Amino acid sequence: MKNHFELFGLTPAFALEAESLERAYREIQSQIHPDRYAQAGDAERRASLQWTTRVNEAYRTLKSPVQRARYLLEMNGVDVQFETNTQMPAEFLMKQLALREALEEAKQPAALERLQAQVRREKALLEKHIARLLDAEKDYAGAAGEARKLMFLDKLDAEIDLAFEGVG
Amino acid sequence: MALLQIAEPGESAAPHQRRLAVGIDLGTTNSLVAAVRSGAAAVLPDARGRPLLPSIVRYFADGRVEVGYAAEAKQSEDPKNTIVSAKRYMGRGLKDVTHAENAPYDFLDAPGMLQIRTVAGPKSPVEVSAEILKVLGARAEASLGDKLTGVVITVPAYFDDAQRQATKDAGRLAGLNVLRLLNEPTAAAIAYGLDNGAEGTYAVYDLGGGTFDISILKLSKGVFEVVATSGDAALGGDDFDQRVFCWVVEQAKLAPLNARDMRLLLVKSRQAKEYLTMHGEARITAKLSTGEFVDLDLDSETFCRITHHLVQKTLAPVRKALRDAQLAVEDIKGVVMVGGATRMPQIQHVVGEFFRRDPLNNLDPDKVVALGAAMQADVLAGNKPAGEDWLLLDVIPLSLGIETMGGLAEKIIPRNSTIPVARAQEFTTFKDGQTGMSFHVVQGERELVADCRSLARFELKGIPPMAAGAGRVRVTFQVDADGLLSVSAEERTTNAKASVTVKPSYGLGDTDIERMLRDSFEHAKDDMHARARHEARVDAQRLLEAVRAALEADGALLSAAEREAIERQVAALAAVAASNEHRAIRQASDALNKATEEFAARRMDAGVRRALAGRKIATLEL
Repeated sequence: MKNHFELFGLTPAFALEAESLERAYREIQSQIHPDRYAQAGDAERRASLQWTTRVNEAYRTLKSPVQRARYLLEMNGVDVQFETNTQMPAEFLMKQLALREALEEAKQPAALERLQAQVRREKALLEKHIARLLDAEKDYAGAAGEARKLMFLDKLDAEIDLAFEGVG
Repeated sequence: MALLQIAEPGESAAPHQRRLAVGIDLGTTNSLVAAVRSGAAAVLPDARGRPLLPSIVRYFADGRVEVGYAAEAKQSEDPKNTIVSAKRYMGRGLKDVTHAENAPYDFLDAPGMLQIRTVAGPKSPVEVSAEILKVLGARAEASLGDKLTGVVITVPAYFDDAQRQATKDAGRLAGLNVLRLLNEPTAAAIAYGLDNGAEGTYAVYDLGGGTFDISILKLSKGVFEVVATSGDAALGGDDFDQRVFCWVVEQAKLAPLNARDMRLLLVKSRQAKEYLTMHGEARITAKLSTGEFVDLDLDSETFCRITHHLVQKTLAPVRKALRDAQLAVEDIKGVVMVGGATRMPQIQHVVGEFFRRDPLNNLDPDKVVALGAAMQADVLAGNKPAGEDWLLLDVIPLSLGIETMGGLAEKIIPRNSTIPVARAQEFTTFKDGQTGMSFHVVQGERELVADCRSLARFELKGIPPMAAGAGRVRVTFQVDADGLLSVSAEERTTNAKASVTVKPSYGLGDTDIERMLRDSFEHAKDDMHARARHEARVDAQRLLEAVRAALEADGALLSAAEREAIERQVAALAAVAASNEHRAIRQASDALNKATEEFAARRMDAGVRRALAGRKIATLEL
């Protein structure tokens, strides 16, 4: 099993049926999970631990749109440069600044909820766009740029989660 | 009196003879043991029919130990030697314990974990817990009529690595084969889900004697998947007692109390709290050793007022778990209430209000965790035929990370990751010619290391001298199915690979366990050897069974020569397995384990293929 997609019997693509992935994941886990080998010898318990760990990692990667995009791009020899490339179109950066300002000003859970809903709508749009670039147009450079934007929004989403703890 | 013996006397045991495995709820206040008998899980009571065992251990100067009701009866008489709520101290240093001044013990701050000075010497919470586990193990063997194959011990979902390690150590110290540490809310979800055929997303609100957990689970046919968990490992019914206790001291204007009076008033406070669950008012009367009388009336309104902040404190983790699960209150189909403290009406009220639905209380909140643990133990022991068993997917409650420059914690494995999980991170040397690198492993959500729990420190030596930044060290975190962490580090740029595995600093080393075992067997030295022999034989038997079953199921994955090589080791182990030579048994077991490594890997691979093939067939049928 060369890659995460193959592990779950899926065709490599960004567009993905969450249900198929989940079903394959659960069926594999029910075959190899350490709970199935609680009475086995050391060799089998170790093998079960290693394989389950790998399957969990593959599942986590494919489930997350950002990680799935990164993984697909890497399969195609493209480095997304999440950590190093911070160049973004001016328009996107302006929008980010506005969103972050809104986050700073949000003092009520309702305001945070509205903000989070907006961020998630934008994420959904980006995901659609990434699917088109990756799966149909094979525009990997373009997809990498969009994936970096998605990573920004993911981080903002997580920061909104944290902010809830301050106001809740 | 073997209740579950299938084979007739004189006949050899059937190959699928049931293995005796039980679930143990090691609680702060009470502990229980439960087993699946004739298909249904039931709590195993003591000889007098009492299902609970108070988690109280009393030590005597002559080495005798009393556990449970007998110890409970003497807790105010002998407060310093009678250890109550030891679970609160598991894996904890003295500085971590809140209200230490309100506990009548002489604490000792030992490295890693605190100890309590008793007439029988200093005792660690692990040793205290082991005494409770021993009693429950013996109770199970007496009522089931045979030796136990293994146990599942439950832990609060929000327990960190140190607390989990301490619990597993307690199991080993009690001489039990710990099949799995299982999160308490997950155990409750198993019992509830199987009993009610529940499907959908559920929340488990578990307020025990000393810990609070909230878990969000997706239940679907045959799968229990924890989506998110949160909680407070130092919040429980005990804290409500403390509030009442403080109220009593304040109202009665009492001077600082001695240990005996402190314990007496804590017991009275607990009784008043429990009484208030059914009544509007409770009277607290006590005669102190100073001659003073306490006589107070506590009404439920006052009780609600003085404990209001505790109830509210549980809601922050509830909100956090929902956010982590990316779910709203409307998505939750039901809220299962677990733990004796959820009997308090104000808890029921607040939870009902928050989730906008009546909480589910149809299983006894004191027993549901033990029942779920028994069901899981039955599955782990392999007593359930394929198709009737279920899959459990649990998570780690707190992020695991490493200290970086400036005292910041860098997360390596985020909270709510499904276990088992492994993640690696690379670090580079920052000085020319640097030959060592030290690491500090922490757990928690905060950014500053000082605000996280320190789990372990270790150093990797033998890095060949290189320019700054050229040495690359890869640190790997592996969390197993018990939620326990092991860490290894490796230098990557040169052929010189140094590697180190650390156990968390609160965990006991094998030598500590051995020493404690020796101590506990001082009165019966032969027992030590008998036990080592017994364990080696049982392990060997289990291994032989497992390998034979594997050969039968998947022998086709091996060439004739490979199969023969394994069968040679099987025969070698079988030849010594019944002997008294436990070293020879261990050696032959190790050899067989080694011989089956490749076979084990192929079986996992085949399992994955089987799962996918099954899926394709299922799709075709649609």
